[in-house]
Amino acid sequence: MEFKDYYKIMGVARDATQDEIKRAYRKLARKYHPDVSKEADAEARFKELGEAHEVLKDAEKRAAYDQLGVNWKGGQEFRPPPDWNTGFEFSGGGFTDGDAADYSDFFASLFGRDFRAGGGASSRAKGEDHHAKILIDLEDTCQGATRTITLRVPAVDIQGHVSTRERVLNVTIPKGIRAGQHIRLSGQGSAGIGEGKAGDLYLEIEFRPHPLYRVDGRDLYLDLPVAPWEAALGATVKVPTLGGIVELKIPEGSVSGRKMRLKGRGIPGNPPGDCYVILSIALPPADTEAARDLYRKMAQELNFNPRARMGV
Amino acid sequence: MENDNREMEFSICILEEQTQLTLADLCRACAVHAERIIELVDAGVLEPQGREPAHWIFAGASLHRARKALRLQRDLGIDLVGAALALELLDEIDTLRTRLRATGGRY
Repeated sequence: MEFKDYYKIMGVARDATQDEIKRAYRKLARKYHPDVSKEADAEARFKELGEAHEVLKDAEKRAAYDQLGVNWKGGQEFRPPPDWNTGFEFSGGGFTDGDAADYSDFFASLFGRDFRAGGGASSRAKGEDHHAKILIDLEDTCQGATRTITLRVPAVDIQGHVSTRERVLNVTIPKGIRAGQHIRLSGQGSAGIGEGKAGDLYLEIEFRPHPLYRVDGRDLYLDLPVAPWEAALGATVKVPTLGGIVELKIPEGSVSGRKMRLKGRGIPGNPPGDCYVILSIALPPADTEAARDLYRKMAQELNFNPRARMGV
Repeated sequence: MENDNREMEFSICILEEQTQLTLADLCRACAVHAERIIELVDAGVLEPQGREPAHWIFAGASLHRARKALRLQRDLGIDLVGAALALELLDEIDTLRTRLRATGGRY
């Protein structure tokens, strides 16, 4: 397993005071909290930080950790020394807060993995709810779809060993679901204790970025390239929507950036969202002599100064 | 690693649209005592319908809002008012980000 440099993770010196450690933790926790940060690795960073703080804030654990010496580097292959843990007594069972199940093997090898039994004294309790995120395509919400998802579930065996089990579920994506909403799958969380019901599984929906559409709630935005003459003279053009191709009438004299609405062509629902088409004028390439001639002709015959409003 | 590939039947619903929760449901889903949820209501983080706690009905979206508020309080050592403010600002950032992305801007 890899050695973890808890001082480096928290960005503090090895002789940092408890107050400095607390301040460093608070600051980094705000930065990497998964509810606050949009960084992709925020969750991993936050867990690592929690683990580092768990050790360094506790005088006993910190002393034990320091005893490993200063020559270890983060990421280095690590085995606990044979005499490890002798002469130290960890009071209070170790864990105060944080989710102990998330701590690294490195942490577990030093301080053990103490799972608090869920449910307390109750012999009958509802199982724990589980929460996960799933990525789906925009098409899935428009047509409704069945997706096979694989969840990695930590499982603890009778001896207390932790392993990851894969769980495959076929989930029906309800038509019209939006990013940030949750699907609830009743009874798909942890098993209940005694006669208690099983917990539920909640899946938070996120859309995979789509090559054409951008999403705002139920509305979709699409950049639609049009030829200069289509914009200038008006035209009826084909537009791809999630429900199929539709025809859109471009009014004459349209300019780049003009926003047009295809009512009800967004994500289905009650009411359904709209699809906003934003015109962008595409220039034909001047890559043949004939094309260059046409441009030269326009330059001669059209009295056009695109910078007229700038006074130049 | 072991796989279970069983096809399972279960009821699926969109939490935000098809679910209403009682105070007891919410306490259980957040694994907290009712007092904590009542505090969230008093702070305006959650807005249930109904007059008294026993008759409160929460919209499905309350579940994740409550969990988020509780997580922020626990993990960042901030009080309820701070968590409520953070939630509002986070919501606003979310809305702005989505709008920016939708209208073609980069962030």
